[in-house]
Amino acid sequence: MESKSQMWIRRLAAVGLPVLGILVIIGLWAITSKTWATSLPTPWKTWEVSRSYVLDPFSKRGELDQGILRFTWYSLERVAQGYGLALLIGTPLGFLLGMSRFFQALFDPIVQILRPVSPLAWLPLGLVIFQQPGPAGLFTIAMCSMWPTVLNTALGVRSVPQDYLNVAKVLRLGRMKTLFKVMLPAALPYMFTGFRLSLGIAWLVIVAAEMLTGAPGVGGFLWQEYNALIYEHIILCIVTIGLVGFILDRMMGAIEQRLKVA
Amino acid sequence: MALLELLNVDKSHGQTHVLRNASLAVEKGEFVAIVGFSGAGKSTIISLLSGLSRPDKGQVLWQGKPVEAPGPERGVVFQNYSLLPWLTTFENVYFAVDSVLASLPKEEKLRRTERYLAMVGLGHAHERKPAQLSGGMRQRVALARALAADPEVLLMDEPLSALDALTRASLQDEIERIGRVSGKTIVLVTNDVDEAILLADRIVPLSAGPAATFGPSSEVDIPRPRDRRALNHDPKFRALKAQITEFLLDSRQKRRSGRVEAPSEPLVQLVEVAS
Repeated sequence: MESKSQMWIRRLAAVGLPVLGILVIIGLWAITSKTWATSLPTPWKTWEVSRSYVLDPFSKRGELDQGILRFTWYSLERVAQGYGLALLIGTPLGFLLGMSRFFQALFDPIVQILRPVSPLAWLPLGLVIFQQPGPAGLFTIAMCSMWPTVLNTALGVRSVPQDYLNVAKVLRLGRMKTLFKVMLPAALPYMFTGFRLSLGIAWLVIVAAEMLTGAPGVGGFLWQEYNALIYEHIILCIVTIGLVGFILDRMMGAIEQRLKVA
Repeated sequence: MALLELLNVDKSHGQTHVLRNASLAVEKGEFVAIVGFSGAGKSTIISLLSGLSRPDKGQVLWQGKPVEAPGPERGVVFQNYSLLPWLTTFENVYFAVDSVLASLPKEEKLRRTERYLAMVGLGHAHERKPAQLSGGMRQRVALARALAADPEVLLMDEPLSALDALTRASLQDEIERIGRVSGKTIVLVTNDVDEAILLADRIVPLSAGPAATFGPSSEVDIPRPRDRRALNHDPKFRALKAQITEFLLDSRQKRRSGRVEAPSEPLVQLVEVAS
């Protein structure tokens, strides 16, 4: 049994330590910007310059001068499309790889080779294929974020307990019914791990895609402000990208956890 | 003609010769218990009888015809329950009813599911997921699932071996009652001689593996319903138990003297009697 004071110390630590960590980083940042990297904006200056973008997050003053959450929304829309495409292709592909040794042998090497290719490499190819920055961006997001879904779905399908398949056989379920009523629910927790990792990558890629295509969004804004020499906004974008990615991951994690318990 | 039959069956898993020249005939309406050591190939027998695996040599016959694939006429109660964890108790049973008796009207299927859950004493637990049930309750669901699909024979693969003694006893009574009331043909595989004698009409011992085969079968000439407390003092029970135990221990003795590498799996119930 812990005493009441111990409990308070524990609670204080749970909230206080992360805050302390953030303060330490901001401190280091302030020192850096005051000493050896003087073109790096100070924390206070960053806030001053970013304030109108944060406090009026949905305003639209011009094509490339909008509130930070409006930019975030554009990026999220683009990510949703590319990510949706990745799931649409990746999930069936994962099932195919998981269910058939033939397809596993056929496609696994190519999956392993395409998986580590950077978004910066895919985007020019997308531009060549589609001739337009929009579809090229979606292509890049899909090509980069699909692989965790493919691999985890395949693993999930391979891990369906033989017992469940025996039950399906004794009940003489058809192929489709076995697939949708037994294998899919059994593989779902693995699949969601893949979905979560894929979403993380999709969000990672959006910045690169927007930077290279100049599309309005957090990444596009970041690159434009770098070119406009407003470095404070680069930091604002980085913080926003990090926070949004963190929230997305937490949301997916919560769904995943629910599936695992069931 | 026997309902379900193994004819001179050989079966190997990889390098291990599990069954050699094993023959067994199960008549309609009969309750047969197959008793053997753990690892002797008892699960292999259930898997062969159900059609989930095929013999290397010999034949598995269902009403005189070779078994090609599993089917709902041969219901299986698996050792580890094999309930689908994302479905509730009710849904697990309904899933089987809906798959096997697809042509029935929905009302009828729902009623049937309810009836069989009530039969195994789980009328109160419809909405619970398997993870929220005890081992005994899970096996009851599995039993209800198998029965509700209206099989002609029920194949039970050590259904009670993972349960504690008290739960085990109450489920034994349950199975005895269900067997008696439904008149279903039942094949029960177990490592517990007492359980076999309590439940079955006929007991077939399986010799120690590898290359196990069936010994001479014995009728259980004890009237039903059988009282487990009275059974211990019944001279017929004691004679039968001694006879089967002796066969099993003998077969293991022979295995060991013949082959040094034969697996030795202690069987608690047998050791008690022998000492």
